[in-house]
Formats: sequence, C-alpha cells, structure tokens
Amino acid sequence: MLRDFLVILVGSSLINNVILSQFLGICPFLGVSKKIETAKGMGGAVVFVLTLSSLFTSILYKFLLLPLGLDYLQTIVFIIIIAALVQFVEMFLKKAMPPLYQALGVFLPLITTNCAVLGVALINVQKEYNILLSTFNGLSTSIGFAIALIIMAGLREKIEHNPIPKAFQGTPIVLVTAGFMAIAFLGFSGLIR
Amino acid sequence: MKIKDIMRNGLITENPVLVMMLGMCPTLAVTTAASNGIGMGLSTTAVLVMSNLFISLLRNIIPDKVRIPAYIVIIASFVTIIGMLLKAYVPALDEALGIYIPLIVVNCVILARAEAFAAKNTPVYAILDGIFMGLGFTIGLTIIAAFRELLGNGTVFGIHVMPASYEPISIFVLAPGAFFVLAMLTAIQNKLGLKSATNKKEDESEGCAGCSGCKPKKKRAKADEKGATAC
Repeated sequence: MLRDFLVILVGSSLINNVILSQFLGICPFLGVSKKIETAKGMGGAVVFVLTLSSLFTSILYKFLLLPLGLDYLQTIVFIIIIAALVQFVEMFLKKAMPPLYQALGVFLPLITTNCAVLGVALINVQKEYNILLSTFNGLSTSIGFAIALIIMAGLREKIEHNPIPKAFQGTPIVLVTAGFMAIAFLGFSGLIR
Repeated sequence: MKIKDIMRNGLITENPVLVMMLGMCPTLAVTTAASNGIGMGLSTTAVLVMSNLFISLLRNIIPDKVRIPAYIVIIASFVTIIGMLLKAYVPALDEALGIYIPLIVVNCVILARAEAFAAKNTPVYAILDGIFMGLGFTIGLTIIAAFRELLGNGTVFGIHVMPASYEPISIFVLAPGAFFVLAMLTAIQNKLGLKSATNKKEDESEGCAGCSGCKPKKKRAKADEKGATAC
C-alpha cells in the first residue's frame, strides 16, 4: 500500500512530469512563469483544484457512471464537473477564507483553462486508481506542476539579465529552457524500474 | 469571394499551429511521428467541422450567458463520438494518441473557432471554416511531426529518408525535442518578423502562446470565466 503511494508520488510528480513530459498545462507554464511570486500562487492554486477535482471526478465515476454503465460519457461529465467545481471553489474561498482567496483568487479562473485538470481525471480512470489513489495522484501531479512552474520562474528571472540573441527573445528562449528542463527531468526515469 | 478568404485564413494567415499557436498540448505531445500528426489533425478537423456546424445551427437558440458551457457540451459530445469511432476502426491510432483524443475537448482551436466564427456565421460558412482551419491545423502538426521524425528517427511516415550512415538524434522524438523544435519555429518567426501569436511586444502577449486561456484579452475575458478550455 505504502509502496503504491510512493510510486505514484515519484512517478506523477517527477518521472511523468505533467508539463515536461506530458505537455499538459503548457499555457500557464509559459504565461505565468515570469516571477517566482506569481508562479508560487499559481502552483498553490493548481495543487488545490487538481486534488479536489481528482477526488470529485473519481467519486462520480465510481458511484454514478460505472454503476449506470455510462462510463463512455466520462469526457463530457468530467469537463462539466471541473468547470462547476472551479466556480464553486472560487465562491467558497471568497466567502469562507478571504486570505486564501486573496492569494489564489486571481489564478482560479485560469485553472479551468488548464488541460492538466481534465488530463489527470482521465489518467485516473485509465489507470484504474481507486478514490484514495486518484486523489493522491492528483496531489502528486499538481506538485510536479508546481515544481516545474517555480523552477521555470526562477530560471526566467535570471534569464532576464542575460544577453539573448534578438531572434530568441521572448517565447523561443523560454521554450529552449523548457527543453533543457525536460532533458534534466528525463534523468528521473531511472528512479522506478 | 468569401470562401477564398476562409480558405486563406485557415491555411495561411491564421494557421492555428504555425501562426496563432493554439492547441499547444497536442502540438507538442503527439508530434513524435508524422502519421500521428496527421491522425491527430484529422480527428480534430472532424470535431471542428461538426461542432462548428451545430454551434452555427444553434447560434440563435443558445442564450448568450450560457454559451460557453453549451459550446463545451457540444464539443465534448463530438469528441466522445470521434473517440469511439477511432477505437472501433483505427485502434492503432487510438493507441498511439491515447489520452490526447479526449483532450481534444480542451483544444483551444475548437472553442476559439466556435466563439470567433461559428457563432456569427451561417452553417455553410461554418463548415467551410471548420474544414480549412482543421486542415491548417493538420498541416501544421504534420510539418512539425515530420521534422521531429526525420531528425529523431531518420524516417518520414515510417519510410527511411536519411542515409544509412545517419545516426538519429533520438532526443527529438522524446519530450525535450518538442520544445526545441517549437523554439526554433518561434525563433525563425521572430527573425523574419512574421505575424504570429508569440511575435509581439513582451508585455502585450505575456509569452502566452495565444491560447484563449491565459492572460485573456478583453474580448476573451468573459469567455474564460465559464469556459473550461484551452490547453
């Protein structure tokens, strides 16, 4: 049991990093990685929403879609659930936890627009994780997302001060950096056989 | 006349992959082999044509306030149908594309066309727009994929092109290669000063690859509140 958790933690956050090896959530990765502060906020918000959405989608899949034999509708159901969930989380945080809303609020609408959320829900179904493992997989994946995002933000803050060839300024140098990060993350693939 | 414009828009001036930089997830993820690029492109085209048609047909019925969720449900339905058809008739492709087939739902090309074109035009034009935008997407994916396959494997569409002495740079078919190829593409666009989503003043585009998702422009801001979309 503990071994399962460890494998998921390492596998989802490092080896199959959601950004650098699965290419899910590239947009926030390129768009919100300019400053470490905002990257932290976005990372936190993604951890929060992805864990919750994994929990909800797996509960729904297990207790509603599977018993009714409607599992082919998963894509439609999941996307609606995720959109609704993010709205509710936003409203709830606004009412109940204003400080947290202050910190994460701006990033919440951006998260709906993140295919990592739907991707993880689908992966959970594909790998036949139970509810606990699904939630944990959501948590691990989003931690991997936060790690990649924050490292990227740190690198970009340094890159700002370097002389970059004109053609590579802006997006190209960010993509090159992402490529090197992806190479570095390939190194983790030996961790689990 | 208008048909010509739609054609040029989809294939060249607003090419979703090469110019608008929409739908980055599939662009990066499935372009390991040219055949995958074509498969993904055509699946997306099919979804795009059908969703454009239905959104255009329903454009006067769907209330403005709930249009984004309505579009998403329409798109998700067609993605599900296409996914089932692929599983039944082209299992090899289904295997190769895997999770990226259902993720066509969150491909921003489709919602962007729904919002920008299908919701404002008659069904015939919407279908044409879907066809040409889809073909533009397919062409973009295939070019990137062929390039990666050539460098990383020495083949294009599985046929050996490079001389036998060529040692494949296998990093190009792995994840990092996708970033490098795209970096080169955007650098060339920068160099030539071509019109593209990434080729703008820094503060204007925020480095966001033009997805309807991040850093929404005024026009798109409303769409994003409800829309669970974009890569």
